Amino acid sequence: MHRSVRLTPPEGPMSRLAWIRLGILAGLVALIEGLCRSGVIPAVTMVAPSAMAAELAHLFAAGLIQGDLRHTLSAVALALVLAVAGGFAIGVVLHALPRLRRAVDPLLATYYAVPFFVFYPVLVALFGLSQWPVVIIAFLFAVVAMVINTLNGLDRIPRVLGKVARVHNMGPMATALRLKLPAAAPNLFTGLKLAVAYSFIGVIACEFIMATSGLGYAIAYAYNNFETRRMYALMLFVLALVTAINMALYVWERRMMQRRTGR
Amino acid sequence: MAEIHAELSGVTRVYPEAAGRPALHALGPADLALRRGEFFSVVGPSGCGKSTLLEVLAGLATPTEGRVTFEGRAVANRVPDGVGVVFQEDASFPWLTVKDNVAFGLRRAGTDAAEVERRVSDALAFMGLKDFAKAYPAQLSGGMRQRVCIARTLVLQPRLILLDEPFGALDAQTRLLMGDELLRLWRRTGATVLLITHALDEAAMLSDRIGAMSARPGRFIDIVETGWPRERDSRIVAQAGFGAITGRLWELLRDESLKALGHAPQRPPDAA
Repeated sequence: MHRSVRLTPPEGPMSRLAWIRLGILAGLVALIEGLCRSGVIPAVTMVAPSAMAAELAHLFAAGLIQGDLRHTLSAVALALVLAVAGGFAIGVVLHALPRLRRAVDPLLATYYAVPFFVFYPVLVALFGLSQWPVVIIAFLFAVVAMVINTLNGLDRIPRVLGKVARVHNMGPMATALRLKLPAAAPNLFTGLKLAVAYSFIGVIACEFIMATSGLGYAIAYAYNNFETRRMYALMLFVLALVTAINMALYVWERRMMQRRTGR
Repeated sequence: MAEIHAELSGVTRVYPEAAGRPALHALGPADLALRRGEFFSVVGPSGCGKSTLLEVLAGLATPTEGRVTFEGRAVANRVPDGVGVVFQEDASFPWLTVKDNVAFGLRRAGTDAAEVERRVSDALAFMGLKDFAKAYPAQLSGGMRQRVCIARTLVLQPRLILLDEPFGALDAQTRLLMGDELLRLWRRTGATVLLITHALDEAAMLSDRIGAMSARPGRFIDIVETGWPRERDSRIVAQAGFGAITGRLWELLRDESLKALGHAPQRPPDAA
């Protein structure tokens, strides 16, 4: 009896590579700390990482950051939900209508050549200094990543799964939900990851340019008022937040891919 | 006389002209009567319409002309209950465990959970997959993944099992062993089996009857009876009669294979 089976070796909580990565990061932080503390980097240019962390703790303790954080996260969440849902829906429609797809393909291919931020003043004129211009720019930035990855995912569904669906007499909805969606999941997940990154970029950048609240606005405000400690503390927080979200998505994706590829 | 289980009468399949590609007459007219409980294989040159024949019989494709019946009822654009299909490609679901793959059809049909558990355990044990119930397809070899697909078909207790070159991607030794398992499955279920294969030895080893098809558009040019006993396994390849059967099949198919390759049929040297 043929009983060969490939099973991946069990991995500990952190691989050797992850330790190396962490070591490099810790080394860089220590280097910057040393350069700042010794005065090689002047305090007006950059504060030491420990001072950034202390300032961040103070901002949280004094309740000075929560409002901006809520504002930014709600804008990111709204843009993300719209981009993921809209991008998926547009991807499904384009996949079902090849002629329309052929017509739209050149636009998708050159989409990211368009500097969307030029539309920001127009959107502010239309919607005022509300959350909507920020959300719309972030949505525009993220949606096409989801469309492209939805199309890639649907294109890569093996044809045989369609036959399997017919053998099981599955209708279009059951086929989409039970077979196509899980089969396309790795590409959809890539779209989701990119949409998260683009939503953050879009929201923070818009808040930086023209807004009345949000983390981007708070960083710009600190910069304009020479509050270097606060500016770096906020920047550190944004970096930590985005890195944490991306790492969580990476771990989730890795688990999914381990099942599918056995690696 | 054996009962007719499934039948093709004057079946043709013509793929219509599309996107600058001319119409393609892929199959027929083909006539075939499958006897209940037999193991029937179809061999023929590449592109002769073997898979099209299976798809038409399964209800996955509609014949352009002719009639298809299963258990006396017309097959029309829907896979009838009691028909199971195993494809050449890996059709396992990579996002489900082996157990969930096998249970897929039963759960979809709303089968009682206890019955699902019983049938799935039985199919996993029968296919030698019991120890891998919690594994994912990616952790298995190609042969084992194909076994998962066979088990997924088996749990639905089909009365007609259609196999489209299921071992085409496997090495020769694994194919022989999978052939043994297929024979065991066939004997146990009592189902009628139709196997599409390009391997003459595989057809000769497994089948009660073998239909040899012409080059496209595929028609049956002959049906060869093997005369093997029902209790048989891959060791049958060592019997003298095995060579005679494969020889007969090649005799039927050589010219057709040349035609499929675009060469004119050749006469044997002594017939010149």
